Amino acid sequence: MPPVGSPLFPEQASTMAPQVDALFFFLIAVSAFFSFLIAALIVYFSVRYRRRSKYEIGAVLHGNVVLEVLWILVPFGISMIIFVWGATLYFRMFRPPEEVLNIYVVGKQWMWKFQHVSGQSEIDELHVPVGRAVRLTMTSQDVIHDLFLPEFRIKTDVIPGRFTQIWFQATKPGRYHLFCAEYCGLQHSQMTGQVVAMEQKEYQAWLSGGEEGASLASEGEKKYQDLNCGSCHLSNGKGRGPALEGLFGRTESLEGGGTVQVDEDYLRESIMMSTAKLVAGYKPIMPSYQAALTDEELIQLIEYIKSLRAAQ
Amino acid sequence: MVNVVHRTHYLNVDYGMKSWLLTTDHKRIAWLYILTITVFFAIGGLFATLIRLDLMTPAGDLLTDETYNKFFTMHGVIMIFFFLIPAIPTTLGNFLVPMMIGARDLAFPKLNLASWYLFLLAGCCTLYAVISGGVDTGWTFYTPYSTISSNGHVAATVIGIFIAGFSSILTGLNFIVTIHRMRAPGLTWFRLPLFIWAHYATSIIMVLGTPVIAITLLMIAAERLLHLGIFDPKLGGDPVLFQHLFWFYSHPAVYIMVLPAMGVVSELVAAFSRKPIFGYKFVAFASLGIAVIGFLVWGHHIFVAGQSVYASMVFSLLSYLVAVPSAIKVFNWTATLYRGSIERTTPMLYALGFIGLFTIGGLTGLFLAALGVDVHVHDTYFVVAHFHYIMVGGTIMAYLGGLHYWWPKMTGRMYPDSMAKVSAWTIFIGFNLTFFPQFVLGYLGMPRRYHVYPPEFQLLNVLSTAGASLLGVGYLIPFTYLLWSLRYGAVAGPNPWGATGLEWTTDTPPPTENFHRTPVVTIEPYVYTEVSRA
Repeated sequence: MPPVGSPLFPEQASTMAPQVDALFFFLIAVSAFFSFLIAALIVYFSVRYRRRSKYEIGAVLHGNVVLEVLWILVPFGISMIIFVWGATLYFRMFRPPEEVLNIYVVGKQWMWKFQHVSGQSEIDELHVPVGRAVRLTMTSQDVIHDLFLPEFRIKTDVIPGRFTQIWFQATKPGRYHLFCAEYCGLQHSQMTGQVVAMEQKEYQAWLSGGEEGASLASEGEKKYQDLNCGSCHLSNGKGRGPALEGLFGRTESLEGGGTVQVDEDYLRESIMMSTAKLVAGYKPIMPSYQAALTDEELIQLIEYIKSLRAAQ
Repeated sequence: MVNVVHRTHYLNVDYGMKSWLLTTDHKRIAWLYILTITVFFAIGGLFATLIRLDLMTPAGDLLTDETYNKFFTMHGVIMIFFFLIPAIPTTLGNFLVPMMIGARDLAFPKLNLASWYLFLLAGCCTLYAVISGGVDTGWTFYTPYSTISSNGHVAATVIGIFIAGFSSILTGLNFIVTIHRMRAPGLTWFRLPLFIWAHYATSIIMVLGTPVIAITLLMIAAERLLHLGIFDPKLGGDPVLFQHLFWFYSHPAVYIMVLPAMGVVSELVAAFSRKPIFGYKFVAFASLGIAVIGFLVWGHHIFVAGQSVYASMVFSLLSYLVAVPSAIKVFNWTATLYRGSIERTTPMLYALGFIGLFTIGGLTGLFLAALGVDVHVHDTYFVVAHFHYIMVGGTIMAYLGGLHYWWPKMTGRMYPDSMAKVSAWTIFIGFNLTFFPQFVLGYLGMPRRYHVYPPEFQLLNVLSTAGASLLGVGYLIPFTYLLWSLRYGAVAGPNPWGATGLEWTTDTPPPTENFHRTPVVTIEPYVYTEVSRA
C-alpha cells in the first residue's frame, strides 16, 4: 500500500515539494480573491440593479479609462510575479547540483527499468537515498512516456531517441507513487511503480545486497572492446576519432562552428549518429550504432566513456 | 396553437427536402449545422458518460483498457473537432453575422453550403473510424505512438479532421470577407456588435491556423501509411516536432472555441442590463489581442517534453500576456452590470454562469503557465479540469445562452422559461460538481487518461461521476423543451427581449432576404435609450 499525505493533498517528500506548494498556495490565494470578487459583484449587481419596471433601461456608462488601466496593470503585475516565481522553480528543477547520484531510466510499454551505476537494475521500483540529490537520465525504447513522482512534484517526458533529465532530493523515507503521465497505449494506467526513499545507511545496505552485478562502466568496457571503438578513438588523440579520455563534461568545438558541452545526451547522439554534431578536425566517417546497441548497452558504453579520465 | 398571421419567412418559404439540402440561405445552413453538431454532441456525450461511469471504481470494472482508451479518444476528437470548434461560429455565427451587419447573406453563400457538406463528409470519415473499431491515440495524436504503435483507425480519423479543417477555413474566409465588404451603410467598425468583433478574430485564427494542423495530420498519415520518417526517431524523425506543430494550431483552436463564446456573452450581458458594454473598445481589441498572442504560446504545452528551459521561459511569459485580455473582458462584463437594468432571464443566467466559470478556468490557466507548478500538474486531472472549465463552462454555457437568446428570432417561438431556468441551474451545479473535484485529484497526482487508478482517488472520482450524471440530465432538458417549443411555444414578436441590434429590427422569423429594406445605421451598438419593447 502506498502511503498518502491526506485525502486532499499530496505528501511533501522532496526538497522541491514545499517550494512548489508555496507558489501553488499563492496562486490559490490570487484565484480565490478574484473569483470571489467577480462572483460577489455579479450577485450583488444582479440583485441591486434588478429590473424594476418593464421598460426600465440601464445607466448610460461607456467606460472609464482609469478603471481599464487599473485592471490591465493589476493582473499584469500579478502575472509577472507568478511568472518570475514559476520560472525560478523551473530552472532549479532542471539544473541539478554538481554532486548527484546518476540513475538511468529506460521506459517501455508498459514498464520502467532503473539502472544504478553500480550495476543493480530494478523494474517498476526505484530505490533512492534520502538527503542526496538524484538525477534521472531517461530514454524510451518505443513511444513517449513520462516519469511522474507526485510526492516529489516533478515529472519529465521520457522520449525515444534522446535523453531527458530531471533531478530531485528526497527528504522523507517512505514509498511513493511513480506514474507514467504521458499516454502510451493499452496499459498506460498500469505503467506505475513506487519510489522507495531510504535512509543513507539502509540504501547502502540495499545496494550491496541483492544480485551482485557488474557496474555499468565495466559492462560498457566489455562492449567497448567488442565493438573495437579504441581502434579509432586512440587515447593519444591521433586516431581517426577524438580521444575519449576526459571528454565528458568538456566543451568541444564543432566542425562548421559552434560548440557543444559533452553530456550524456551528446554522447548518445554521437554514438547513434556521429555526423549530427561533428567535432572540429574530424571526418564524418563513424557509422551509426543505432542497430548494434540496445538502450541498456548504450547506457553502459556512456558510463564507460564517462569513467575514462584524462591521462595526466 | 395560436393563430399566426400568414407571412412568408425563411422557414416556411419551402418545405421540401431539396430546399434544405441545396439551400444557400445562411439561416438555413445554420440549422443544418445545429442538427449536425447536436448529433455529434450526443455521441461525444455518450462516450463521456461511459468514461465517468467506468471511473467510479479504481479498477475500472466497466470497460477494458482498450475500450476505455478508445472512448476517451473519441470523446475528445468528436467534442473538439466536431462540436466545440464549429459550435458557435457555424450556428449562431452563420445565422447572425449577416443579420447583425444588415446584409442579405454571407459573401459566398454557395461556399457556405459547401463548407457544411465538407463538415458532413469529415464527420462521416470520423464516424467510420469510430464504428469500424475506433482509435486510441488520444485527441492529441502524439507521435510516435500514433504513427508506429497504435493499431486503431488513425488514418481515417485524421483524414476526417483534415477535411473538417477545410470546412473551418471556408467559414472563416466567408466571415472575414462578409464583415469587411457587406456592412450596412453607416455601420462603421466601432458600431459593430462585439459578437461580430469576436467572430472576426476567430475567423483570422481559422484561416491562419487550420492549414498547419491539416499539414501536421497529413504528415501523420504519411508516416503511418508510407513510413516516411518525420516523427519516428527510428526513421530519423523527431517525435517532439509533432507536438510543436500540433499545438501551433491546437492552442489557438482553444480561442476558436472561446472567442465566439465571449462574443455571445457580450451581447447577452448588454441586452439584459439594457446598457452599453463597459469599455467597448477594450473588449473589441481584447478579442484581436487574444487572437494574435494566442499564436505565440503553443510551447506551454511542452514544458516537460525536454524543451529548452529558455524557450519554456519565453512561452510562459507570453502565456501570461494572453491572460491579460481575458481579464479585461471579465472585468468589463462585470462592470457592465453596474447600474444596469438587469433581467435574470435564462440567457442571462447562462451568461453570468459563463463569466463565473470562465474566470475559474482562466485563473487556473495561471497555474499551468507557471513553469514550476506546471511540472507537477501537467498531464494530470488538473489540466482536464482547467480545459473543461474553459470549453464546457465557457463555450457550451455561452452556446446554450446564445441559443436561448436568439431562439425566438430563429424559430418564431418562445420556450417555457421556468423549465429553462431549472435546466440552466442544473447544468451549472452539475458542471461544478463534475469538474471541481478534478482540480484536487490533479494536484494529488492522478494522471489523465488513466483507466485504472490508486484506490485513494476513488472518493473524488465518485463525486465527479455524480456531477456528470446531473450535468447529463441538465443537457437533456433543453433538448426536450426546445423541440416542444417549435410547435407549442408561445409566438415571439420581432424583439421579445427589447434588445438593440439589427437582427431584432426585422421580422421574427426573418424573411429569406433578412431585411425588407437595407438598414442604415446611425448610432453605436447597445444604445438602449433608442429602443422600445415591441
